[in-house]
Amino acid sequence: MILFIIGIISGIISGMGMGGGAILIPALVIFIKPEQHVAQSTNLLYFIPTAIIALIVHIRNKHIDFKMALPIIITGFLGAFLGSKLALSLSGMSLKRWFGVFLLCMGVYEMFRRGTAKKEDKK
Amino acid sequence: MKKNNTILRYIKYVIIGIITGVANGLFGSGGGTIAVPAMVLVLGADEHKAHATAISIILPLTILSSVFYLSNNFVDWSITWKVTAGGVIGGFIGAKLLNICPDNILRKVFAIFMIIAAIRMIFF
Repeated sequence: MILFIIGIISGIISGMGMGGGAILIPALVIFIKPEQHVAQSTNLLYFIPTAIIALIVHIRNKHIDFKMALPIIITGFLGAFLGSKLALSLSGMSLKRWFGVFLLCMGVYEMFRRGTAKKEDKK
Repeated sequence: MKKNNTILRYIKYVIIGIITGVANGLFGSGGGTIAVPAMVLVLGADEHKAHATAISIILPLTILSSVFYLSNNFVDWSITWKVTAGGVIGGFIGAKLLNICPDNILRKVFAIFMIIAAIRMIFF
């Protein structure tokens, strides 16, 4: 049941356009205590169906800039390859610490960034 | 001059792609947290379009990263399917809430959670 609730909360956060993984992975690690790689793969797999549904809606509404997306996807593949290989070469314990550092940076950024509403006013 | 701008733009694409991909593979998350502000601030994209476009970028990267994690048996299906079922429902609620609830307070609560969880993960 707690897994289902963690899923719902993360889903709400990602549905609102914030990073669901930043809730899902630490919540799993703190409450369920899986190995760090397993927590991260849960987030990767969880993202796929959610993203497909969101993508269908966005394609219909023509919100996606494919000209911008395509070159980023191509070099992104290279990055994903390198990142995954690096993750798999690390122990769960050190990956957990590196994830913590990354999460701390994201948290501080989220804390101090300005609201998006102001930016839209200028247009 | 125009040619230089095009080259510069492609250099930006390359850098954003690599950083987004590395975060996605290394941490299994965070691609959107990097790609969305990068597209808005570096490429001057519209915020709403950047969110939608980020999903189209991260989905293929996530599929590639998943293949690597799965091929090393880093997966627990009983956790994954329960969380995913909740996630799909939560995603609908979140998308609806986005239209009625101001998200600034929620963002700060979210940030505090992230900072506390991060400290816990680094030191414990």
